[in-house]
Order: sequence, then C-alpha cells, then structure tokens
Amino acid sequence: MGKYLGMEVSFAAAEAVKLCNVDVVAAYPITPQTHIVERLSQFVADGELDAEFVPVESEHSALSLCVGSQAAGARSFTCTSSQGLALMSEIVYIVPALRLPIVMILANRSLSGPLSIWNDHSDVMSVRDCGWIQLFVENGQEVFDHVIIAYKIAENHNVLLPVMINMDGFILSHMFEPIKLMEQEDVDAYLPPYQPKFVLHPDKPVTMGAYAMPALFTEAKKAQEEALLASYPHILQAWKSWEKVSGRSYHPVETFCSEDAETLFITMGSLGETAGEAVRVLRGQGKKVGLLKLRLWRPFPFHDFYKAIGNAQRLIVLDRAVSYGGPGGPVAGEIRSALYNMENRPQVINFVAGLGGREVSVESFLEMFISSIEGKASGYQLFGVRG
Amino acid sequence: MLGTINRSFILPVKGEKQMPKADSEYLWNELQPGCVITEPGTSRVYYTGDWRAFYPVLQKERCIQCGICWIFCPDMAYQKDEKGYFIADLNYCKGCGICARECPADAIHMEKEKEI
Ligand code: SF4
Ligand code: SF4
Repeated sequence: MGKYLGMEVSFAAAEAVKLCNVDVVAAYPITPQTHIVERLSQFVADGELDAEFVPVESEHSALSLCVGSQAAGARSFTCTSSQGLALMSEIVYIVPALRLPIVMILANRSLSGPLSIWNDHSDVMSVRDCGWIQLFVENGQEVFDHVIIAYKIAENHNVLLPVMINMDGFILSHMFEPIKLMEQEDVDAYLPPYQPKFVLHPDKPVTMGAYAMPALFTEAKKAQEEALLASYPHILQAWKSWEKVSGRSYHPVETFCSEDAETLFITMGSLGETAGEAVRVLRGQGKKVGLLKLRLWRPFPFHDFYKAIGNAQRLIVLDRAVSYGGPGGPVAGEIRSALYNMENRPQVINFVAGLGGREVSVESFLEMFISSIEGKASGYQLFGVRG
Repeated sequence: MLGTINRSFILPVKGEKQMPKADSEYLWNELQPGCVITEPGTSRVYYTGDWRAFYPVLQKERCIQCGICWIFCPDMAYQKDEKGYFIADLNYCKGCGICARECPADAIHMEKEKEI
C-alpha cells in the first residue's frame, strides 16, 4: 500500500511520472519546474525509468516533441512554467485539437514583466481557453496522485485529451512534505499500458493535423468542445477508482465548512490550505464562513459549483492573475457569469492576491473577510497593494 | 530521369473521380476524434481545382518535354501523357502559376477562369 516518505514535492512528482512508466520525457529547464525534470533525467540515466529523455532546446520543442511521440503511441510527459508555457503556447492549443493525451505539470509562476520567478497563476490563465483538462492541486500528495490520475483520465478512449496539472511554483514545487508513494503494481493495476486510438505507423497510415476549410472548421471546434465537456464523468470515474486504490478522494469542487456558510472563500491551488486555516479561526469566532476549492478548472464544474455555494450570500473569490482592463480577475469573471442566471445570486467580492510570490497568509484572509462584511471591499481590488 | 520516380500513386484511379462527401456536408459528430483521417491518399479524391482563379494553358509546339512543370507543381497536378507531354489535371490544379513561371520554354501561360 506504500509508505510515507519526506521528500521535495518536485521529487514526488517525478516519482509519480516514473510510476506511470512514461516512454518519453521532453523538457527544457525553467524555474521553478526544474527539479521535476532533473529528477526524471536522473531516473533515466540510472536506468530506473526506461524512457527517452530529450533535453530539447526550447519549450516549443518540448511540447512539439511530445506531440510527435504521443502520436506515435508513446506515453509522453512534459513540464514547464511561466515563460516556458508562453513559448510553447502555439503547440498548447494544437494538442487537444489533435486529441493527444499528453500530461503536463505546470509549476505556476508569474509571467514577466517585471521579471519574476515567483508564484501566481498568470501563466495558466494566459492559456485558459486552450482546451486542455485543467486541474489545480493543493499539496504534495495531490501532485503525486494527480500525475497518475491525469494519465488515467487522458488516455481513456472516451476522453483522449491532454491534462494540465497546475501546482504552485515554490510553494509546492520546493516544499518538503510527507508523501505516501504507491507500489508499482498498484499503479499498474490502476493505469494499464497506453492504448492509442490512432497511431502514426506506416503499416496503417493515418493523417493527423490536416487542414480544415471554413466549411469544416466550426464542426471541428464543436467536436472539440463536446469532447472536453464529455470528459467530465470520466474525470469523476478516475477519481473514484483512485480512491479505491489509495483511500484518497477528490472532487471537482472541494468544500470545507460550506454547508451552512453565509460567506464562502473560493480559491484554487495551494492557497486552499491557508484559507482553510482562516476558516477554522473564523468558525472559532462563530462566523458562518466556509471554503470552496476549485480543483477542476476545465471543464468548469458548473453543477458542482452551484451545489457547493448552497445559500451563501457572499463569495470572496481569490484570483492570482490580473485581467488588465477586464471585469476583475479571470476566476471571479467566470464565477460572476456562472451566477448571472440565478435568482438571489450571492454578492461576489474579488481579491487579486499573491501576485509574483507576494505572501497570502491566514491574516490576509481574515482581513479580506472583515473588509467584505464591513462593506469596505468592492467588486474587484488588488489585495494589499500599497498607496 | 523522370522514369525513375514513380508518382503514379498520386494520380486519380479510374472510376474514382468524385469527392466522397463535401466538407459542408459533415456534421460535427461525424468527424473522427482529432479530425484524424483514417485512410491514406484521400487527397486523390479531394478536388482542389475549384479554388483556382487562373488555369495553365500549354502550347505543345513550344514544349520541350523537360518535366520542370511536373517537378515544380506544388499540387502534383501534372501527369505525362502517352506522347510525353505533361498535362495539368484541372481537378487538382489550384492555379498558382508556378509551372508557367518555371517553364524554360515559355510553353505555359495562365488564363483567367470564366466568371460563373
Ligand atoms: S516545363 Fe514547359 S517545356 Fe518543360 S515539360 Fe513543362 S510545359 Fe514542357
Ligand atoms: S498552376 Fe500551379 S497548381 Fe496549377 S498546374 Fe501549374 S504549378 Fe500546378
């Protein structure tokens, strides 16, 4: 059943990739993703992982290479951050259109400028509409689990879509945590070998990536969106069968003290743990506060979200990216849209916080709560900005 | 030289001269995942000739049968007839004019398609 080991979360991610027995790893090092791929290159060099490790010359090449290897039937993995994602973004959009089940970890880091290596979600939000299944994880164990779960989801023939696992750079990637690793045979039982639906092979030639005329393009896009929407039950199924193997359960929207809550924090990624601490403090003071953590970002789990907000009157939505000149942060913008048709919809207060590695503490959440209930917070503000 | 390269596989097979289904007839749920094309060589039954605004006209009396048009045509529209002339198949020719530009004997010129 596996044992707990203290290790850096990046190493836990690499262990999970190894347990998935990937055939190809293509990556270019970029802070804070580096330790994941360094570790994988070590596994390959030491003969612990029988894979092709390709130290490509750029992230554009990393994902392009994975497109080729996945199309040829190889389970492929890549990993990047920030500017690396920006550089590979041309290919990011092509992968789901080709329905290639590549798994990528994005160690979230702010996009320049100013130049910053620190954590926020501006990188992933820049490819929000890329068509990948997008998951957010909160701690090291979730990183480890979701690498394996991601392949299970992606390679399902009813899905066949790439999965992007968002883990906060440094806050998770460089943290040492106790991780419960899995035995190889348990992972093998959960994740059978990759069976491609189509494969590039001279014995049975197929064409991938053909041109679509205007008469066909809309139908191709409709098919792609329907595929992403149709992945939802299979994502739930993958979590459910993972629970049987590991005892750990996951949901599209995780809730904490939400049932009778009048005010709900909404977070994505590692801030969920900090917000959870703040909820404990506020509950101790008798405040009816709860927390929703969006794990599944695409496809957006509307149904779970409506269920989870219950009768809350106030949603304090945390964003980790600025949508310059837009209607607030990207998460709050979506949540407002989701609420629009509801009668008695809750008030949405949006804080953009934790930009470029700025700390968001338990006290920060308490401050947000107080300014929200006192009516001092507006629909949208940058939390803690000076001046 | 030309005889050593077999391009016959790209030429239309007799009796297979119609497009199976026009793009505009496909429903979204009839497409393969990822729009994968599962049969090889389907460009043979995909006629691109109606994209054309100009078409090439060959003056046989000038042609020296060098095959440069055949080599340069990006749509592989040219095939050699029994007398050794290279004739563009207008089912495929997109009218780019490269053959006319490259022909060393000025044997090809482009004429405008008639307005429909
Ligand atoms: S390039 Fe000109 S001369 Fe040469 S075969 Fe073609 S038409 Fe004839
Ligand atoms: S005009 Fe272009 S496409 Fe048509 S036959 Fe000449 S080279 Fe080929």
